[in-house]
Amino acid sequence: MKAQESFSPVCPIPIAEYPQILLAHGGGGKLMHQLIEKMFVPAFKNSLLGARHDGAVFQTGNARLAFTTDSYVVHPLFFPGGDIGKLAVYGTVNDLAMCGARPLYLSSGFILEEGLETEKLWRIVQSMKQAADLAGVELVTGDTKVVDRGKGDEIFINTAGVGIIEHELIISPREVQPGDAILLSGDLGRHGIAIMAAREGLEFESEIESDCAPLASVILKMIYEGIEVHCLRDLTRGGLASALVEIAEASGWQINIEENQIEVREDVRGACEILGFDPLYLANEGRFIAFVPQAHTEHALEIMKLHPFDSTPAQIGTVSADMTGGVILKSRIGANRIVDMFTGEQLPRIC
Amino acid sequence: MCLAVPGKIISIEGDDAVFRRGRVNFGGIVKDVSLAYVPEAKPGDYVVVHVGFALSIVDEEEARKVFEYLREMGELEELTEGAI
Amino acid sequence: MKFIDEYRDAGAAERFRQMIHNITTKEWTLMEVCGGQTHAIVKFGIDELLPEKITLVHGPGCPVCVTPLELIDKAIQIASKPNVIFCSFGDMLRVPGSEKDLLMVKAAGGDVRIVYSPLDAVKIARDNPEKQVVFFAVGFETTAPANAMAVHQARAFGVKNFSILVSHVLVPPAIEAVLSSPECRVQAFLAAGHVCTVMGYTEYEPLAKKYRVPIVVTGFEPLDILQGVFLCVKQLEEGRFEVENQYARSVRKEGNLPAQNLVREVFCIVPRKWRGVGEIPESGLGLTEEYAEFDAESRFEVSGYTAEEPAECISGLVLQGIKKPNECPAFGTRCTPEHPFGATMVSNEGACAAYYRYRRHLAKEKAA
Repeated sequence: MKAQESFSPVCPIPIAEYPQILLAHGGGGKLMHQLIEKMFVPAFKNSLLGARHDGAVFQTGNARLAFTTDSYVVHPLFFPGGDIGKLAVYGTVNDLAMCGARPLYLSSGFILEEGLETEKLWRIVQSMKQAADLAGVELVTGDTKVVDRGKGDEIFINTAGVGIIEHELIISPREVQPGDAILLSGDLGRHGIAIMAAREGLEFESEIESDCAPLASVILKMIYEGIEVHCLRDLTRGGLASALVEIAEASGWQINIEENQIEVREDVRGACEILGFDPLYLANEGRFIAFVPQAHTEHALEIMKLHPFDSTPAQIGTVSADMTGGVILKSRIGANRIVDMFTGEQLPRIC
Repeated sequence: MCLAVPGKIISIEGDDAVFRRGRVNFGGIVKDVSLAYVPEAKPGDYVVVHVGFALSIVDEEEARKVFEYLREMGELEELTEGAI
Repeated sequence: MKFIDEYRDAGAAERFRQMIHNITTKEWTLMEVCGGQTHAIVKFGIDELLPEKITLVHGPGCPVCVTPLELIDKAIQIASKPNVIFCSFGDMLRVPGSEKDLLMVKAAGGDVRIVYSPLDAVKIARDNPEKQVVFFAVGFETTAPANAMAVHQARAFGVKNFSILVSHVLVPPAIEAVLSSPECRVQAFLAAGHVCTVMGYTEYEPLAKKYRVPIVVTGFEPLDILQGVFLCVKQLEEGRFEVENQYARSVRKEGNLPAQNLVREVFCIVPRKWRGVGEIPESGLGLTEEYAEFDAESRFEVSGYTAEEPAECISGLVLQGIKKPNECPAFGTRCTPEHPFGATMVSNEGACAAYYRYRRHLAKEKAA
C-alpha cells in the first residue's frame, strides 16, 4: 500500500519540551500538573510541599494551622453570579476548608493595571468585603502594585489565608480507604459555562450564574458532627475529573463512579454539547467532593443538603480495593471507561 | 464529521434565503444560527446545527422510528419464542 | 435535551445489545468512518457491549488527523506572520506540525484565534481591515457548506483581507481507498451521518455494490450506533450488501441540495494527500477559479516541504483500520497525548487519543 512505502524513519522534536509557557500550563490539567511536579516541587523541596495538598498543614506550638494561597486572573472581571474579588475570597477560604481548617485571616495582594477604572476596583473591593463577612474571615493585610498600561489584565489578585484546625482528623488522599463513599456536593459546570458565556457572548434563556460559594461552614459542620472525613477536594479548574484523578493517584486505590449519579443542569449540558466540552472537566467554584466511610454517607448527605448555596449532593461512587490508582466511570448506558486528566485546556471542537 | 447538535428554532429573521438567521435553543442555551441551507424551516422546528449552520430539519416521525423498530423487534422475538 | 437524551437510554441500549448478540453467528469486522462516532463509541463504551465476534475498527474519519503535515506547517508559517490573524476551529490547535503546533505559535505572540463558525472569521476580517485574516478550512463534506458560505459572503461584501487555507477531504474516496487495499479486513461500514446529511447517500450505492459491503448511514448517539451496528450485522448474516439509512431523522437520500449547490459553486474536486495514507485522487476540495483569490496558499508565499512522520507511528494503519491503537508498540508509552507521534493521538477524535483517554487498560491487559 502506498502509505507504507512513503514512511521514512525521522524522529520529530518532542513537542512535550516547552520552551515557552502555554495557556494550558494554567489549565488545571496534565500540563499544569507537570509544571508543578517537574519544576516547582523539586525546586522548593520540603515535606509540606511534598504532601501536594490544597493547603499546607502544620503544627506550631499548640495549634495546628493551615496555610494556603491562590491567584485570580479571571476575565471578564464581572460575570453572572460573581466577580474576581468574590472568587478570590471564596477560593482561598475553600482551600483552607478542604484542609479541615476554620478559616481565620486573609491577605490580599492587588496588581493593578494603569488605566483601570477606580469605580471597578471599588466594586471589587466591596464584593470582597461582603464575601469575607459571609465566609466569616477578615482581610488583615495586603499589598498594592500598579503596572504600566498593557502589562496587566486590568487586575490580578493574590490571596493567602490562614486557618486553624480544631479537631484530630487527618484529611488527605492517603487517608482514603477502600469502601469509602465519594460524595459530590452539587451539579457541575455552572462556573465554567458562566465565564465562557460572558467571554464568548453566549446567550442563555435564563442566565447561568457561577456557582461560586464559600464551603467552610458545611465542611466544619460535617466534621464537628462526627463524620469521619478522609479526604476533601474543592472542584476548580480541571473539574471533577481532575480532582478524582489526582486523589486516585495519590491514594493508590481505584475510584469507581457512575455517570447517572453526576448531576449537570440541562442548560450547562446544552452548552457542552454545542461546544464539544465534557462537563466532567468544567471549572466549578462552589462544589466539593468528600470521601467518607460508607456508614457515614446518609448523615453527611443530610448535612450537605442544608448548605444554603443551592446544593444537590449525591453519592457518585465508591473507592474500590483494586490498587490501580485510576478512575473508572460507568457510562449512562452501562459500559465502563477510564477517566483521565485533560492534557491542556479543553478546546471547543467541531469534530 | 461530526459535531452537529439538534436545537429548536425560536425565531427567524431575514427574508433573503442566504442571509436568513434563526435563534435556536439547545436545551436552554440560545445561539444565532444561519438558516441559509434550510429554507423551509419555521419557528418550532428542530434543526441539526454544525458550526453555526443548520444542515437539516429533524424529521420527528423518523426520529420515533428507532424506538418503534425496537418495539417491533421485541414483538417479533416474542412471536418466534412463542412459536418454539 | 430533545433528540439527544432519548438516544442515550440505558434500557433501549440493552435491548439493542441483546438483539446484536442474538443474530451474530460469525465473526465480522465493521468500520466506522467518523471521528465523532469513534468518540461516542469509546466514551460510552459501546464496543464493550458488542459480542466478541464483532470487531469495530476506526477509519479515517477525522479530518483533523488526516490533514497532511505540510499543510499544518504552512498554517504555522502563515500564523507566525506579523500582520495575520489566524482563525481556526479548536480541534486544529494542538495538532503537531514538523516542529510545533498552532498553540505554540500563539504562545510566541502570534494572533491565533479559536472560532466557532467560519462566519466569525469573516466578521473578524471586516472588523480588522488593516490585517490579513486567514481561516483554516478543515473538514469533511459536513463543514464544506459553512466554509463555502463564508467565502461567498466575503466576496459579496467585498472583504478583501480574508482568505482560507483549504484542507477539505471527501469520505467516499477514503472508503474506496480502504476497501481497495489488499489488506482490507473491513466487511461493513457505518457511514458518517452528518456528512450524509449534506451529501445524501447515493454515492455509497456503487461502493456497496462493487465491493459487496453493507453501508449503513449512522448517527452519533449510542442508540444510533447500536442500531447501525445491528443493521450491518443483520445484512452480513443475511448475505446482503445494501445502503441503509439509520439516521433518517436527519439524512435524506438526496441530502441537502442548497448546501451542495453552494459547495459546487465555491469548491471543485482535487486530489488530496491524507496524512498517514498518502495521496488519493479526487478526494479533496479546492477553491474554483472564480474564488481563487481567497486561497491563502497562493496569497501568502508559503513554501511547503515534504515532512516525514516518526518511524514508529502507525497512524496510517490505524486510520485504515488495519491496526488498532493498542496494537501499536508505542501506544501509551512513548506515544501519549503529551508526546504525540501522529495526529491520531493529538486530535480528540483521533482513534489513538480516544483509546488513550478511555481504554488504556486494554493496553495494560495486552501487556500482562
